[in-house]
Amino acid sequence: MNAVKLKKGTSSHSAYDLKSFIGDTEETHTLAVLVDNEAGVLARVIGLFSGRGYNIESLTVAEVDHEGNRSRITIVTTGTPSIIEQIKAQLGRMIPVYEVHDLTVEGPSVERELALFKVLGMGEKRVEALRTAQIFRASVVDSTLESFVFELTGTPEKIDAFAEMMRPLGLNDVARTGVAAIARGT
Amino acid sequence: MGRQMTGADIVVQALKDQGVDTVFGYPGGAVLPIYDAIFQQNDIRHILVRHEQGATHAAEGYARSTGKPGVVLVTSGPGATNAVTGLTDALMDSIPLIVLTGQVPSFMIGSDAFQEADTVGITRPCTKHNWLVKDTDKLAGTIHEAFHVATSGRPGPVLIDIPKDVQFANGKYVAPAKADLGHYQPQVKGDKDAIIALVDLMEKSERPVLYTGGGVINSGKGASLLLRELVKATNFPVTSTLMGLGAYPASGDNWLGMLGMHGTYEANMAMHDCDLMICVGARFDDRITGRIDAFSPKSKKVHIDIDPSSINKVIHVDVPILGDIGHVLEDLMKIWKSRGRKVKTVEIKKWHAQIDEWRAVNCLSYKNSEKIIKPQYALQRLEALTKDMDRYVTTEVGQHQMWAAQYLGFEEPHRWMTSGGLGTMGYGLPASVGTQIAHPDSLVINVAGDASWLMNMQEMGTAVQYRAPVKQFILNNERLGMVRQWQELLHGERYSHSWSESLPDFVKLAEAFGGKGIQCTDPAKLDDAIIEMLEYDGPVIFDCIVEKHENCFPMIPSGKAHNEMLMGDADTQNAIDGGGAVLV
Repeated sequence: MNAVKLKKGTSSHSAYDLKSFIGDTEETHTLAVLVDNEAGVLARVIGLFSGRGYNIESLTVAEVDHEGNRSRITIVTTGTPSIIEQIKAQLGRMIPVYEVHDLTVEGPSVERELALFKVLGMGEKRVEALRTAQIFRASVVDSTLESFVFELTGTPEKIDAFAEMMRPLGLNDVARTGVAAIARGT
Repeated sequence: MGRQMTGADIVVQALKDQGVDTVFGYPGGAVLPIYDAIFQQNDIRHILVRHEQGATHAAEGYARSTGKPGVVLVTSGPGATNAVTGLTDALMDSIPLIVLTGQVPSFMIGSDAFQEADTVGITRPCTKHNWLVKDTDKLAGTIHEAFHVATSGRPGPVLIDIPKDVQFANGKYVAPAKADLGHYQPQVKGDKDAIIALVDLMEKSERPVLYTGGGVINSGKGASLLLRELVKATNFPVTSTLMGLGAYPASGDNWLGMLGMHGTYEANMAMHDCDLMICVGARFDDRITGRIDAFSPKSKKVHIDIDPSSINKVIHVDVPILGDIGHVLEDLMKIWKSRGRKVKTVEIKKWHAQIDEWRAVNCLSYKNSEKIIKPQYALQRLEALTKDMDRYVTTEVGQHQMWAAQYLGFEEPHRWMTSGGLGTMGYGLPASVGTQIAHPDSLVINVAGDASWLMNMQEMGTAVQYRAPVKQFILNNERLGMVRQWQELLHGERYSHSWSESLPDFVKLAEAFGGKGIQCTDPAKLDDAIIEMLEYDGPVIFDCIVEKHENCFPMIPSGKAHNEMLMGDADTQNAIDGGGAVLV
């Protein structure tokens, strides 16, 4: 059966290109949702997830088109294939939603997250922290005699790995933005 | 350039331009400017309810019986929170409502002002969409967009929260034709390839069944006519959900009766044994499917629905068709006819013979009594005495509702207004008032239970005030009948808080409101009493004292499949095992 194109306003996701529902293994998907930048729109999206018991692993939101008054919400979520399809359909039918893209299945995409790490330490540990940061290409954005703040951009896995390395070296605090993602190519 | 007027005048003008003739509401501080504007015009009739929940259900009755959106006007704070149940009810049943709420002045929002509530926050999950309007210039456009959203695609309730200063301020009015309706444009035409796939299945099917729902009613009169044409041309049997009753006439040759938890034996057996299930505007609700993994195991399933999120939500279907029922059925008929109107006539005849065997079980039979009125008998007599009348029926929620669905027949859409998805006790009386306001010369009956009816009984005052001659047909068993039935089946006959102590004298209550009260206890006198009710030109409370411990059958217990129905009291021993008991 051919996939039908839904008109804008419902969803760019089609009910016809559904994946098989067989299997109940949980998958992680990254969704990009283009919405009207209106009051309460984030609450609507979050309310949908909490109200229907869907997971949010990470969520980022910011205006991306000031003229067109659009915001882009990037949500990393987990669920069985049928739950993922439900999430997309439920998002797609919301009135302020223009488009829903499942970057995990729509082709190659890049995902990045930014994180800030505060590491406290003196002497050898401090040197080791700085050396590790160089390996990860993290940059130092603040420094005192007893602390560094590193800025690191990368995939969530890279940020996890860096946090793991920093833990024995005096990791004190972490701030992560959540994932921003975009499709590759044209 | 639009005309300049106050926000309150914009509200009234926008409603007029949207063709609104009736508003159900209740005034309060934060909507006084709009009430002032209503006072100074004669085009829109305002019906003063007794409680805001009543306003929403009355508007639902109006909407469900006309196909037009119902309009509600209430104040901020408690006015808005009281509307929440009606909004949720309308959302679950896909009923278009436009609810206008007053709000404290915009400069006081967030200060915990008197009668302030976060109305858009509270109603976000129970509306299709809602808006807080902070700029009078945007008010007209928002109202027009709200009508568009409420009535297009899968219909539903919307809410517009209007701060009091926005109602007082001047702004420009925009007519509906010039308003920006936003980008919400749901697809109505079904995918042609998918419809062809359905025609393929129809041509090959030996045991087809049409499973229709509220989507057929919502799609408009044309959809019901097309459904009837389809059934007549193909000879497919047809069943319906609670919400879809009337889309296909109950007197029709191919009618199986309602399906689901309290559906007929023939409808549920046909669903279980069919080889092709065509779901037309229904959503595989848990009251319909019973146990999911045993649901219609041998069939190919086709689902026609306008809401993409309904497809594959509960049951995985083989052919999904996204679109409006009327549009899809029209294309379906065209394609099927152009391919030579083929069906497996002989096999379908055999299938009907099988269905006739199931029908012969006579699943709706019950043991009648000469001493006490059986609720089923009361409804059979009501049906016999009113079926040829220009009749609309609303219900409350519970056993009486299921019996009404089983024993009353509906020949047309929009004649049966019941709370399906949410199951709202207290819905029926206000809904009957709203229905009667929309159809002043028709017979409007609310089939009720004693417990449900009391939940919004204050609306009897509304009925009397507006001379709405609604007939409140209360099957009084002095019990919360359905709760009692479940306690009997599931909780060891421990009847925890499921009886009605200290019921009012319904005859005196009717008189106290200024209506007429009739009580009937004797089966032999029932017909005369019903005729007396029908002949009285005004609201009536009919207190029909019925058998107290009657159970509603057939019943598919929670966690069981369609072919595991309980047919009567004898079947109920250990009917529900541990797994089913946790289900609702």
